[in-house]
Formats: sequence, structure tokens, C-alpha cells
Amino acid sequence: MNKHVKTITSETSDLSRRSFLVGTAATGLVLGYAGVPGIGEALAAPSNFEPSVWYAIAPDGLVTVTCGKADMGQHIASTMAQIVCEELGAKWSDMRVALASNDPKFNDPVLGAQITGGSWSTMMNFDAMSRAGAAGRMALTEAAAAAMGLPPYFKDQLVVRDSMVSHPKSKKQMSFADIVKSGKATKTFTPDELKAIKLKTPDQYTMIGVSVPQLDIPSKTNGTAKYGIDVMIPGMAYGAVVTPPVRYGATVKSVDDSAAKNVPGFIKAVILDDKTQTTSGWVVAVANTYANAKKAAAALKIAYDGGPNAKVSSQSLLDEARRLQKLDDSGQFFVKDGDPAAALGTAAKVLEAEYTTSINIHAPMEPMNATAEFKGDILHIYSGNQFATRSGAIAAGAAGIDPKFVVMHQMWLGGGFGRRLDADMMVPAVQAAKAIGKPVKVIYTRENDMTMDFSRPLTYQKVKAGVDGDGKLVALSHDVVSAWPTQRWGIPDFLTPSVDKKGPLDSFTVNGSDFFYTVPNHYVRAIKNEMAHNATPSGQLRSVAPGWTFWAVESMIDEIAAATGKDPAQYRISLLDGAGKNDGGAQRLRNTLLAAMGLAGYGTKKLPKGEGMGVACVSSQERATASWTACVAHVAVAPSGEVTVKKLTVATDVGTQVHPDNIRAQVEGAAMWGLSLAMYEKATLKDGGIEQTNFDSYTPLRMSQVPEVAIAVIANGEKATGVGEPAVTVIAPAIGNAIFNASGARVRALPITAEAVKSAMKA
Amino acid sequence: MPTLTINGRSMPVDAANDTPLLWAIREQLQMTGTKFGCGAGLCGACTVHVNGEAVRSCQTMVGDVAGKKITTIEGLAPKGDHPLQKAWIAEQVPQCGYCQSGQIMQAASLLAKNSNPTKEEVVAHMDGNLCRCMTYSRIQKAIMRAATEMRTASAAGNERRPT
Repeated sequence: MNKHVKTITSETSDLSRRSFLVGTAATGLVLGYAGVPGIGEALAAPSNFEPSVWYAIAPDGLVTVTCGKADMGQHIASTMAQIVCEELGAKWSDMRVALASNDPKFNDPVLGAQITGGSWSTMMNFDAMSRAGAAGRMALTEAAAAAMGLPPYFKDQLVVRDSMVSHPKSKKQMSFADIVKSGKATKTFTPDELKAIKLKTPDQYTMIGVSVPQLDIPSKTNGTAKYGIDVMIPGMAYGAVVTPPVRYGATVKSVDDSAAKNVPGFIKAVILDDKTQTTSGWVVAVANTYANAKKAAAALKIAYDGGPNAKVSSQSLLDEARRLQKLDDSGQFFVKDGDPAAALGTAAKVLEAEYTTSINIHAPMEPMNATAEFKGDILHIYSGNQFATRSGAIAAGAAGIDPKFVVMHQMWLGGGFGRRLDADMMVPAVQAAKAIGKPVKVIYTRENDMTMDFSRPLTYQKVKAGVDGDGKLVALSHDVVSAWPTQRWGIPDFLTPSVDKKGPLDSFTVNGSDFFYTVPNHYVRAIKNEMAHNATPSGQLRSVAPGWTFWAVESMIDEIAAATGKDPAQYRISLLDGAGKNDGGAQRLRNTLLAAMGLAGYGTKKLPKGEGMGVACVSSQERATASWTACVAHVAVAPSGEVTVKKLTVATDVGTQVHPDNIRAQVEGAAMWGLSLAMYEKATLKDGGIEQTNFDSYTPLRMSQVPEVAIAVIANGEKATGVGEPAVTVIAPAIGNAIFNASGARVRALPITAEAVKSAMKA
Repeated sequence: MPTLTINGRSMPVDAANDTPLLWAIREQLQMTGTKFGCGAGLCGACTVHVNGEAVRSCQTMVGDVAGKKITTIEGLAPKGDHPLQKAWIAEQVPQCGYCQSGQIMQAASLLAKNSNPTKEEVVAHMDGNLCRCMTYSRIQKAIMRAATEMRTASAAGNERRPT
């Protein structure tokens, strides 16, 4: 299992990291930043009641929850407030949210860092936020009892509801505001006391499970929500970056700024000296406005050395992947059960197929940007970012200072999808600000953003399956070749030991391949494509590995069912028998698949010629953090190979729903991402550079391409799981399988094209 | 120095005539509700109204709109309570929210002319506006809700009018 999720249970999480200081200012907890000018501004006024680092109650009764997670549209700030609110007993209209700085006190209680991804946030913060809320309620109740002149043992007779503590017998009551004003809330909790708090049981919930209005939405309908790109610092200049034609590895030979000097407002061209190696060969043109910075950038004449990757193309990456896969000693084992080689040797039938996915670009609507300001010894960074812990260190590296002198100001993210786990945008902002001695806001053009994306890597997978005489799957050997996005971080805890003890592997390239089907002989090999790793530095794109591993697994399962004459849905159900290590998860996945089949009417009616339904089911994201998700896709395939997705039916078992409407929004958004990646999004590399530069050539789903969607959310009282990503991963294989059922064409490359379908029909 | 008539006010901007309106609005006037998305008229994030028509402000130069009536998301309704804005909240449309100013401005230009659009008309009118969070189905629902409200309000208005 991956190290980063080992401490998921509350028993082992480090509660001291969020020690509660009731009734005191939290300044003492500002780890590593004590005495730093500016950081104190983020702290609440001393008269506030701050039961934990996670929220404060002001004398006017407003409860402001500080969200340590990046909010990129998943409404996680509102969700954190909702979890606190449940146990605290506040009125929803009294709740507010703020976004955390990179102060380590706001680190994730389970992960020990500030990182947002993996659909982890709700599942890993539910307990901490619940306890924070409950501790606040207990402290307020005791204070209210004292203020009402009731003996402490009366506190159990007090009722907390809608930001009010009342004592029904004596008809006394006190608002949260009045309790805070009284200054009597002084109870403190040790980590052990916190752990001992008895939380509400689901039957007592009044907030969890309710679709309350999201706190951030009104500001996103009137233009007032502030994103990184909206930051304005007095006296700041603007930077436009000039990026080289090669994605990575180019260097600047010379810069001629003579023409740029004629652009009004031009200040300076800064060649980046990036010791963090996040960027290579970048120049920033700095001017008084962004329009002028862009003009100056266009006027720069830059000569490059293309570097070692200047000839690499998508085809060479794929060729290299095929070469590596054929070598016996390539890669490391992620799964090694039984002996597939032997079992394949004695199998009645062996199937073999290769599955590929193209390079994909995050392309959030807000292009990458960052604003850097040096104030005294402190570097302030304003940017929407998913990984403050690492990004702060990169900004520090770009500035040549210790990371403890970097203050990151979190903003709303105009889309993240994993793109903002990276910190490349901070490097030009920092070095430009340093070079001109003024704050600088750097904004990427869409062209910069697309060609310098930390993309989803091109992937190549080879799967071999063996079935016995009864059609039972007895062996599966699965090789996954890709760049290793997470290894790039250089953080050992995010890597996973290999089963064959050949050193750590990047499980974010193979997660999902350790599925819940019972297969006695099962190998998964993670093979790093070094060429791709160097030429196309890759990132984590919404759903990460399960976005490609399930494309291979769920297509192959279908191929096996077809080859053995079995119904593909029933075949999956037979593999989800819950034996051994699959007990629990397999049954939940089976039930979810059945729910999707039921909702879609799978197998209940004969479809017209050229139409078909296909199924897929997944345990995304990771084995330890799965949300059980299934899809039935209904497609029509024209003789030309043109595919029309008529309907997607998605069922997902999320355990506990904090906010049902948000879950539907996330599942639908994720499903549309899955559709977009399956059908419409493809990037290609030529001469070391990404060829697609804007939304005319890289073409995410538009409104006219949205099919009918039906969603079933299963909330069965198990622990809350993530919903932002899993539905991305189930769509492509469901569509591919539906295409096969509609036309007999088996497609094995993403995105699916009419040409590929047509040629597979002929074959 | 060009003067822009924006949200009912005259505002001089310190920008050359060939400056995209988008950057004059955002930087000179510091009205940041209008967003930069692609710089090429391909995504719709920067949509504003010029004389009531939805235009891409990244493709509109300051010099071309002097004297024309410009409306941004900040000026669509005095209290942010245009039927579309209310519908956007009622349907809980935004996720990241970045494209939504442009979506609302684009939709407003449709409903100003046609308060009873079909689904097909809505899709045709909105297809140039990308939403990377893929909130498209909620955008459609919100537009239909706002259209209904506008028709109801105008019907009520008709009833009150003396004949």
C-alpha cells in the first residue's frame, strides 16, 4: 500500500499537529513563522474564540472555517465548514470560509502536508473537522453554563442548535456571539481528550447529508471571487513568459531585446536561472501592463539550444515504451500474485492486447499565474495552488532563500485538475520580482499554458490474459509503461516499495491495476519511460493512473468475456467474488455495477442495429481509498465509424454523503471529463514540443457534446469516500465496450476516433 | 487617453487604442470579474456586452469601443440579482467558477432577445463558452429557470399595466 495513506485511521493520526488552544490567540502555534511580519494578519483578532486552528468564532457570531485544501470547484472549503458546523451546532448562515496560508499548522491531519488531490480531502479530514467542531461545542456549552449561573453538571441539559445554547428547563439561552463576547470560553483539549470525544452517529446528523447552499457560489456569479489572476499589489509590474519550442531541456543562448525596448512600459527581459529545474529555457518580459509585457515578449529575439529532447515525438515515446516493455528486466512489480507465466503456459486460451492513451493537457480555464512580492526578508506568493508545501519550497528555491521565509497566499483556483500541484508559474514571478525590485504578476498565455503543461503522460500498456477450459480467468500479466509524474516530486513518502524489492515505484502510474477481481495469478509491472519522463515532464491529471489502468483492465475483461461467449457484466460479477483480500470491496463494486445496470436497463431490451451498451466498473482512486463506481454507456456507431454517445449511466458508492448535490455535480463533472478524454482530447509531441497551443486544436468537451447522463449515488453509511475523480476513469472503457457491442469494433487507443472504429470494424 | 462608457459610468483608461478591452477592464479599471481564458476568442471567459451584444473582450480593442455602451458582470444587475445570477445560485451552477462570468454574460445576451429559448437555441448560443469543470447541464437548467422567471415577471408587469 502507498505510504501516504497508511495513517488514514484517526487512531494513528498525529493529533498534536492540530492542538487545540481554546480561548487563546494562536500566535504561538505559528510554526516556523513566529515573528514574521505579515503572517499575523492572517490570524484572527484576539477577541475571537478560536477553538482550533481550523476555525474562529467572532464576537458577532460568525464562524470562519479556514480550509487547508485548495478549492478548485469541488467546494471543499464549504464541505469543511459543513462538517465543522454539524458538530459545532452553528447555523449554516453564520458559516464563512477562508483559505489557509502555507503555515504548517494548516497541514492535512493525515498527510502531514498541504496537498490537495487524490479525492482524499473529505475522507481524510472528516474526523479532524468533526472533532474540531465538537470541541468547540463543548467549550461553548461549558461557558454558557457558567454565564447562565448553572452548575457545570447541568451542561448535559443544554441544547445546542442554530448557534444558540439553551437550557429548556430554565428557559435561559445564549447565542454563540454572546458566549464569545463573555470571554468565558476557555476550555482546552489535549490530543487525548480530543480523541476521546464521542462524535455524533449518522442518525443524529442534521447537517451532514443536506445539500446546503455552497458558501462560495454567490461570489462566483457576480465577479467578486478572487482568483490568483485577480491579485493586485500596489506598484506591481506584469510578466509575460516566452517559452521555448521544446517542452523541456532547451537553454537560452542569447536574448536580443532591442526591439522590445521600443515597447512603451517595457522594463526588462529576465532569463530564468531555475535551480529547481522546474523550467528550462524560459524568459520573462516585464512591463508596466500585461498588454505591454506581451508586446515586449513578442518583440524579443531569442536563440535557443534545443537540448537533448529536441527531436523527440509522440511516436518515439511510444516506440521506446514498446521496447522497454519487451525487456524482461524492465520496471518493478506493483502486484505479484501466483505465477502468471506458468498459468499462461497451461491456459486453454490466451488473449494479448496493447492499450494506449495520448498525452493530455489539464487546461484549466484560469491560465497559470503567480504574483511574487519581496517584503523585507519575506517572499509573498499569491497564487491558487494545490501543493503549498512543495510549491513554497520551489518558490524559495527560485529565490535562493530558505522555504521558511515564503508565505503562500492561497486564492480560489480557476480549475486545478492536478495542474496546480506544480509550481512552475512561481519561478518566473519570483525571479522577475527579484530582478526589478518590484512585485510582479506573471500570467501565462493559453499557448504557454498548453505547451508547458505537466501533462498526463502518454501511456502504453500490454495485457496478457489466460482463461481455463471453463472460461475462468486464471492469469493476468499487465505491464504499464509511462513517465513517472509523482517520482518527479522527489518526496519518498509518495512512492511505493516494489513487491520485488527493486526499489520504490511510482504507484500513481499503476493504481487501479490492483483491482478487486479474483485472479489467482496476477502480475503488474510499473515501467518508467525515461525518455517520456525527461521530454514530457508529467503531472497528475484528474484521476491520474486509474484514468489509464482501467482503460486497459476494463477493456481486456470485456475482450475475455467476448472471447469466451459470456455476458460482460455477468462475467465481471463472477470475478467479484470477494475472495481473500478482495472481501468487502468486491461486493460493494458488484452491487454498484448492478445498480448502474438497473438504472440503465441493461439487457432488458433489444437495441436498434448499430447501437450497443457497454459496462465498466472501477475501484478508483487507490485500493485503500476506493469509491466504487460503475458505468453503463449507450452508444450508436455509424458505418463511417462515427460514435454518438447517447447516454451515460453512472453509479457510485461513496459510503457517506456530506453534500448530495455536490456529489452529483462532481460525479457528473468527472464523467464528462471521462467522456472528453475518451473522445475529444489529444495532444501530440513533435520535435520535442507540444503541437496543440489553444482550444482550436486541443478541444475539451463543449455543451453541444454533452449526452444524457443518469447518476445513482449509493450512500450506505460506510465512511465517506472521494468523488472528484473516480467517475473520470470508468467512462472510456464503458464507451469502448459499448462500441464493440454496437459494431464489433474493438478500440484500444484513447482518444477514440471514427477512423480507428471504422478500421477495427473491417478487421 | 480613451474614455470607456462602462456599466453606466464614463471612465478614462490609460491604454493604447490597440489594447484588448479585456486588459483595460481588468488592469486599468481593476474590475476583475471579466476573465482571461485563451486570448483568441475560443473560450468565452472574457465575454462582455458592447451595446447589448455579447463580445469577446480579448478580441475587442479599446479604440473600437470608445463611446459604446459596455457592460461587464459587475454591471449586469445593480445588486448581482439578474434573473440569471439568481438562477445560477438556485441551480448551484459554478464549480471553480472561473468561466461563469462569461457564461452569464453570454446567456444574458440571449435572454434579452429571446426569453423563451428552446434547448437547441440555448446550446447553439452557448457552445462557444467552455467550462472545464463541465457544468454544462446546470448552465442549461439555470438559463431555462431564468427565462421562466423573466417571462413570469414580464407577464405580471403586463397585468399591472393600465389598459
